[in-house]
Amino acid sequence: MDGRRRTLLRRVAAGLACAWVASTAIAQAADASRVPKPVIEPARGQACVADPAFMRRNHMQLLKHQRDETVHLGVRDARASLKGCIECHASSSSGSVAQAPGDFCVSCHSFAAVKIDCFECHASRPSSATQPPGHPKTGTGMARPQGALRLPLVVGTR
Amino acid sequence: MTHDQDSGANQALSGRRAFLGLAAAGVGGVLIAPGIHLMEVAQASALGAAPVGANARRRWGLLIDTTKCASGCNDCVGACNAENGLATPTRPTDAQWIRKVEIKSVSTGRAQSLPVMCQHCAQPPCVDVCPTGASFKRADGIVLVDRHSCIGCRYCVMACPYQARSFVHEPLTAQKPEVPRGKGCVEGCTLCVHRIDGGGQPACVEACASAGHHAMLFGDLNDADSEISRRVREVASRTLRPDLKLDPGVRYQGLA
Repeated sequence: MDGRRRTLLRRVAAGLACAWVASTAIAQAADASRVPKPVIEPARGQACVADPAFMRRNHMQLLKHQRDETVHLGVRDARASLKGCIECHASSSSGSVAQAPGDFCVSCHSFAAVKIDCFECHASRPSSATQPPGHPKTGTGMARPQGALRLPLVVGTR
Repeated sequence: MTHDQDSGANQALSGRRAFLGLAAAGVGGVLIAPGIHLMEVAQASALGAAPVGANARRRWGLLIDTTKCASGCNDCVGACNAENGLATPTRPTDAQWIRKVEIKSVSTGRAQSLPVMCQHCAQPPCVDVCPTGASFKRADGIVLVDRHSCIGCRYCVMACPYQARSFVHEPLTAQKPEVPRGKGCVEGCTLCVHRIDGGGQPACVEACASAGHHAMLFGDLNDADSEISRRVREVASRTLRPDLKLDPGVRYQGLA
């Protein structure tokens, strides 16, 4: 009887130990997960327009509000402008907020699985870093064949 | 006793009423000074002393002197492309915000050259036809496309009699931070709205002046003291397709 009880106890103890080892292993696996966590590179500038917790939840509302003000009312360089975000948050390595996987906007949005299409139209780099090599800065005067490609315009009678 | 008190209170009230009436009349008299209407006062207070951005009291416009515009000169076109991040168009479908048009009178043989861009109409047909409200006219008369609401239907491209709108067919890279542009949207001359909001003038006007041609003049058509208002008052100028009665903000001098 004693022997049986001892073996039972031993088995239970072994089971518990296995369970503990397994749970710690799972916890460790969760810490060092295959899912990449967002990499928040320290931004330039003194402070963000609002505290980080508020910005994490509400940056899209601020940007959407500001975009309408800018496009329709012409309010530029305001507190919550996308250009302002990019000035501070562009990566020091890629110079962009959305080019490399670790860049500010992309790293968080890929973690949250939220696709953004801002940078299909908007430049993802600050103005100093936008000029690609060989981009024409000024007109080339008369030499360029770039007149009217459209149909001739009907100027009309006075 | 109660009756006395009431009558006293009524007297005080009527006195107060009379005072308020006088005060109101006095304030009204001060406000409606010679030349100032109540409407203007309301507008001024709504817009503020130093309005930021689009101001409804302004109407931005261009005056193009075709006698100074040389045939074959593309300085304005090049400056527009560089400022707004447009590639040099090679195909008829490429985006083009400003183009040079060469015209020749059949009867006299007189040839003329002129730049044509969005004419920033006061009655813009592109705005009338837009199904989403993306095509709009700003308070200061600049006609723009809000790319956030543009669905790329190209109805405005069809409606514009000046062929001033373009559609972006292919994905773009390396846009300018001030000029977001992208595939699937219609676009056109913005009169360099990002420069105007900062107190500047359009890139084409600047390039034309810096090259020494001085064929383009930018300014506020509503301001009687501005250079452009003085010029349109003094010299004969016309709009393109005046028969359409769109009241464009772009005028041409020496065009016959």
